[in-house]
Order: sequence, then structure tokens, then C-alpha cells
Amino acid sequence: MGAYDTIAFRADKCDGCNACMVACAQAKTGGGDTARSRIQVMETDEGAFELALCRQCADPKCVLECPAAALAKNAETGTIEWSDAQCVDCLLCTVGCAYGGIAHDAVAGHVVKCDLCGGDPACVKACESGALEYLTTSRLYNEVGDLEDLFVPGLAGCQGCNTELLMRHTLRRVGPDTVLATPPGCVPGMGSVGYNGLTGTKVPVFHPLLTNTASMLAGVRRYYKRQGRDVTCMALAGDGGTADVGFQSLSGAAERGEEILYIVIDNEGYMNTGMQRSGCTPYGAWTSTTPVGPEYRGKTQDAKNLPAIMVMHNCEYVATASTAFMEDLYRKLDKAIAASKRGFAYLHVYSPCTTGWRFPSQMNIEIARKAVECNFVTLWEFDPAEGLHLTNPVDRPAPLAGYLEALGKYRHLSGEQVAHIQSWIDRNVAFVTKLAGEAQRGAAPAHA
Amino acid sequence: MLQTHYLIAGASHAALAALHAIRLYDAERPTTVVSRDDSLPYSPTVLPYVVSGRSQPERVFLRSEAYFEEQKIKYLRGAGVSSIAPERNVARLESGEEVAYAKLLVATGARPAIPPVEGLGDVRYHVLRSLDDALKLRRALPGARRAVVLGGGLIGMHAAENLAKAGVEVTVVEMRPQVLPGYFDAEASALIERAFARKGVRIYTGSMAVRAAPAASGCTLTVSGRGALAADLLLVAAGVVPATGFLDGTGIETDRGVLVDECMRTNCENIWAAGDVAQAKGFYGSEKVLNGILPEAVEQGRVAGMAMAGDPALKGYPGGVPINTYTFFGRQALSVGADMAPGNGVEVVKRDGDDRYLKIVLRDGRLQGIFGIDVPFDPGIMWQLILRRTDVSAVKGRFVENPRETARVLMSRTWR
Repeated sequence: MGAYDTIAFRADKCDGCNACMVACAQAKTGGGDTARSRIQVMETDEGAFELALCRQCADPKCVLECPAAALAKNAETGTIEWSDAQCVDCLLCTVGCAYGGIAHDAVAGHVVKCDLCGGDPACVKACESGALEYLTTSRLYNEVGDLEDLFVPGLAGCQGCNTELLMRHTLRRVGPDTVLATPPGCVPGMGSVGYNGLTGTKVPVFHPLLTNTASMLAGVRRYYKRQGRDVTCMALAGDGGTADVGFQSLSGAAERGEEILYIVIDNEGYMNTGMQRSGCTPYGAWTSTTPVGPEYRGKTQDAKNLPAIMVMHNCEYVATASTAFMEDLYRKLDKAIAASKRGFAYLHVYSPCTTGWRFPSQMNIEIARKAVECNFVTLWEFDPAEGLHLTNPVDRPAPLAGYLEALGKYRHLSGEQVAHIQSWIDRNVAFVTKLAGEAQRGAAPAHA
Repeated sequence: MLQTHYLIAGASHAALAALHAIRLYDAERPTTVVSRDDSLPYSPTVLPYVVSGRSQPERVFLRSEAYFEEQKIKYLRGAGVSSIAPERNVARLESGEEVAYAKLLVATGARPAIPPVEGLGDVRYHVLRSLDDALKLRRALPGARRAVVLGGGLIGMHAAENLAKAGVEVTVVEMRPQVLPGYFDAEASALIERAFARKGVRIYTGSMAVRAAPAASGCTLTVSGRGALAADLLLVAAGVVPATGFLDGTGIETDRGVLVDECMRTNCENIWAAGDVAQAKGFYGSEKVLNGILPEAVEQGRVAGMAMAGDPALKGYPGGVPINTYTFFGRQALSVGADMAPGNGVEVVKRDGDDRYLKIVLRDGRLQGIFGIDVPFDPGIMWQLILRRTDVSAVKGRFVENPRETARVLMSRTWR
């Protein structure tokens, strides 16, 4: 059994416009009677919105409660399908469903339910607020699930660390014909370089100095190329080892157009060695070297925008990504792998750190999502032909406070400091948007 | 002797739900299903539709041969259990063959109850519990002109409707003062009875068949207070009784059904029971009740399967809630939960008019039961609100006005 595509509902984005219900009624009944829509949005007494819609359950109770074998889950699409020829209108399926996902349509004279419009749901297309989204992330599970996991089963990560997620996902995707470089930081700390003479990966892995990751990797790639072998040369490095200590070798390799895939796991500091600040640590953040006391109130400088700096190296591919947006991350990873066979590919992944940022271990992906939703992190990609464009533009950013308050490292912030961070975000967003806009304008004459 | 880890006696909803739960947790251990029917699994609930011709008998099967093959389940047809020896962990089939099990589920369902009517044994009558029964009744329909249905429960009322639609003159004889007792109150039942009367169906409530005698075509039935009724087709639909006869002398405790605990376990080690045959705890009180309805069969089967497989995700059975969905002449009657007399914290809200009916029973702000005719709501959501004892007092006005939408809001919020 695989994973399936699904309709997601984000209640906080819904404005109750009912366009989804109109679209569904139109698609399924040919009329505009929203009472017959198979998706129902209800307004609460507080003015919020709730949803009744078939969830296409993995273990559907409506199917178990049908006495006439009229309902079945399609193993291929995951949709629960209803058979007119077999249904006896007993309504017992509606007893099985706790979501209001299958209900009697008085006009049709039988029960009706969502069939995902065969994989192209009309309701989602009609939703302008972004409350409804058709998630096709199942592709990742179905495609990647069968690929070999190239990391050892046991890792010495902190509880809730998403670096493990990144290591397993990226290596699976890149595949066994890879040489991996993991400079000092959390990745080797978690076991990539292994124990007792055995590596933690099923591909060759080496442990460069903090300073020379990109140059060593460039040499490895050149060697294999000369041997006539197409080997992916990938670095999994931290932000400190990339933005600060390892920057000159990185910059050199990028400038020379070395054919390597450099992935940064940006947890905003030297977390492995005791949570010291790095050039990527944001303003105001607590670290062990930017302490909080009567005098000091966290870091006093802004983080450098490393991925933007890499754009200026005119790399073959540069992108930012987040583990809360895996589909986007995978799309970028695929592009980055391909680009690394032509030149320098750089992928910057924002990676919340449960231990160093001080938040509950089960919240990692949620924190990563919040960072994007408030524009603290912007997701975009760049290549020399298309320029830069935003891959997940946030038109209505969530309040910054929701992100900052979730993290212990910002607990001490004054109103002034929060205002500073907000202005830094605004500047960053304006800068990236401007780059994206100018890239589009610059490209226009070429097509004219 | 056939050896199996899981032995499931019965092949309808409880048995299938148990199999499903077992295979979710334990994909490998040898599993055997023995069915007294010589067919693939089917639901007794579909039978009235087989009689009416709505369901084609070859398309009612709930599982295919391929399912049993894929799931590595041995499915034995025409193999009713005749006795059990719990001390040896062995079940004997009607064929005389013995099956050794590690864990046994008794999901043998129920048999038609035959009321003690004098002379009933001397006349030809139909019952409706097996596919064979349904096919026999279906074959008898074309020749029938006057039919009597003993019993105004779900099966009886369905059959009466089908007979009436086929142009047969039908009389329903119900012992109690109303039809569909236990699911609808007198007022709602009266509404349903009126709908039947308009279609020419006679309903004699508070009446008992006292004598049956053969007649030239069919039989003559004497009904208390109603005189003699001639019938060329007699259907006995006076309810069902758990099929527990084969358990006599085994030491398995029975009352009206097989007594089970919250995990559907009987008093005998390695033996569970679920579905119509079981007598499990009710939701509204401490005593164990019979609740022979499809949704509870599925629920009990699931609990039993998880318990048998040792699935640690098992939560105990919350207790049976009476639930019914009933469609008559294209109209919908829904009943979820218990009706209760007002007072003692119980509040009853009623709304009707224009032949629609809605009754909501609340106790201390919690839903106890909701009953409607042609008032749409989601029974599955109402069931959950009852089981979760969700406080609806804050939205009571809206709930009474629009139960479907309000309940959907409550559940959507709870699920998110």
C-alpha cells in the first residue's frame, strides 16, 4: 500500500467565501445549490470556519459498515468509491463516518461523497484564500520509500532533531554513487563518520576540516571525473562551517564552478560544540557566546544572508528550503543534483534545533513551518537562465510573535528587539522580491 | 486435525471486522474462518433488498476469494460449528471435522425468533436471515396476493414495504403498541405507520397472532382483537435470538447472548465473542445488553480482533449505543442513542410539523439521543458526540435548530 494525494484544509486561512462549495456543486450536480456540495464549510459562532469532507480514510469505517459491498477503497488512487449499482440506500455508511464525509443527497436520492474529482479537485482550484490545498506529497513516500536508506539505523542525534531527516532523505535521493563530505558539526556528531572504524553511511564518507570542505570535495569530484566515473560529490555541512570558517574554500569552489552539491543544514549556530553563535545566528538570539543577562541581550548583529551571497557567485543552482515543505525541498534537491553535474549547486536548508533553540522536541517541523509562514525564512531558487524566483511567496505573513514566542532562545526579547527583527525580515523580503522582480524584467527582452 | 492460530466462527460483519483488525497487526499467523453458509460472506442487512430485487444476489458479497487468498486466510464454506471443547482448544464442525485453535472468536450471529403461535409449525412460513431465506421469499413473491408479516421491526417493515410495492396486500402484526420499538418513540412511529397506511399497508399494533392453521392457499392466522387473517404468504419477522445453542455445556457463560467483557472476551480462556451473538456492556448503564445492529457488530468485531491479536493500541469497548438508519418509501428515519423520560437532568426537545420529526434528548448538556424523520444529520458524528460525552450546552439553541451543521462544527473542531 502506498501513500495517497489528499485535500488539506487550513482553517485559519478560510474566509468563508464558499467558492469551494459552489465549484463542487457545479462540478457534481451541474447547478449552484451549495447544499448539494460534497465539501461543506460551516461558520462557527466565533466567525471561524470548519469543514465536513470525506477524508478518504486509510482504514475506512464507512466501507466496513456497508452491508451491500457498495463502498470500497481504490488501492491505486486511495479514493473511497461508491457504486450506484450496489448501494441500497440504507445509510449505514453515514453511521460509520465521524467526519460528515458521506451524506444523503435528497435530490439525488442516495448518499454522495467526495471522489477528489479524479485527482484534480474543483474545490481546491476555486479556493483563493489558500485554505484548501491539494497535497501531492504522497509522491515522495511512494517514490522515495523504496529507495535504499544509506544511513545506519541508529544515530546519536538529539531528540526531535530534523538533521536526521535531512541526512536520510538527501542520501536516499542522491543514491549510492556518492561521496559524502561531512565537516565537523552535528552530522558527523550524529554518526556519519562512524564508530570503531566503521562509517555511519553506506557510501564513502570523509571528515574534512571545517575550513576545506568545498576544496576537498572539488578534488574528489575532479578525480572521479578523470577516471570517467559519474560520482555525485555532496557536502552536508553546518551553517558555521559554511558561512564562517569554511567560507573561503566554499567561495573559491563556487567561483571556479566546481561540480559539487553543497547542502547547508542551517541551525543558526555551532550547535554541536555547545551552541555558539555563527554568522547565521539571527539578531537577538541567545547562544552560549551571546548570553542573556543584565548587560547582554543576545546577539547584537544580524545574520548574513548566505544563500544570497551564493547567488552572487553565479552558481549553477542556489535554493533555500525547509523540512516543513518537503515537496518543495525534493523538487529543489532534484534540480540541485542535476545542476551539480554541470557546476556548483548550493542548497540552504533551514533546520530548527530543538536543543539549541529551546523548544519541545515534537515541534520541529511546526517551528520550521512557522518560520516560513511569518517570512522569517523565505523559500526561493535561482539559476543563471531563469534568475531568482520565490517558490512559496507568503502574501499574508503570520505574526512574527507566533514564531519568536515558540522559541526559548528569544524569550528575553524586548519590544525594540522584536521591532528590529521585523525590520530585518521586511528588508530581506523586499530584497529577495526585488531580485525576483528584476530577474523577471531582465528576462523579458530576451523573449521579446 | 486442522490447526489454526485464529479461528473465526461466523463470516458476517463482526467476523470480518475482527479479521481486518487481526491482519492489521498480525499479517502471518494461520487464520481460519468457518461459515455455516455455503457462500462468500454477506450481510443479513442486505437481505430485504435481495428480496425486493434491488440487490443482485451475486453482487452482495462483502469479500472475494482473492481477499482471503491475499490475506492468507482459510475460508471454509458450509462449515458451521456444532460444538466446542474449550479445555482442549478444539472446535468441532457439523461435518464432524475438528479444528484446533489458539484463539477462537464466536461470531455466529443470531437466528430468527419464532414466536409461540399455536399451529405455526403446521403452516408454511418464511423467515429472513440467510441468503437462502431471501431467495426463497423472492421466489414466493410473484404468487402472493395477501401477505401477513409477523413483527414490525426493521426486517418486517422492509419486507412489508417491498411486498406493498410488488402489489401485494400486506398486514403487519406487531405485539407492542408501535412499530420499530426501541428506535423510535410512539409519535415518530405513528408518522411511519401513517406513511405505510397511505400505501395501503395495514398495521395492527398491540396485536398478537394466537393461532395459525393451514388453508387452501397458504394459511389463516387468528390475531388477538383483529379476527382471522387469510395469507398466502406469511413472513415471521419477530426479531432474532443469538445463536448460542452449540455452546450449551461448554462452560461458556451465556445469558441471552454470550457474556463478554470490555475486550469481548468470554469467561473461557482463548475464546472471544462479538456481534449479534454477544451480550456486552451497554453505554448507558452497567448491565450487559444485546445490541444486534450492524455498527456495533463492526465495533465489537474490531475490539475482539485487536484483543485476540494482542494489539497494544486496543481501547476497551465503550458500550453499545442503539443506532438505526431506516429508509421507507424514499424517506429517511435516523435514530442514534437512547430515548429517556424527562426529569432528573434529562431534557427533551422536539420539533415537528409537515411530516418531519426531530427529537433530541440531552442530559446535563450532553447528547443522549437524537431521532429524526426527514431531518438530515450525520449519525456517525452524533454517535461520537454521545460516546465522547461532548458538552453541547453552549451551542444548544443552534444544535436544536440545525443539528447537522452544529454537530459537524463540534466534530471538525475536535478532530483538528
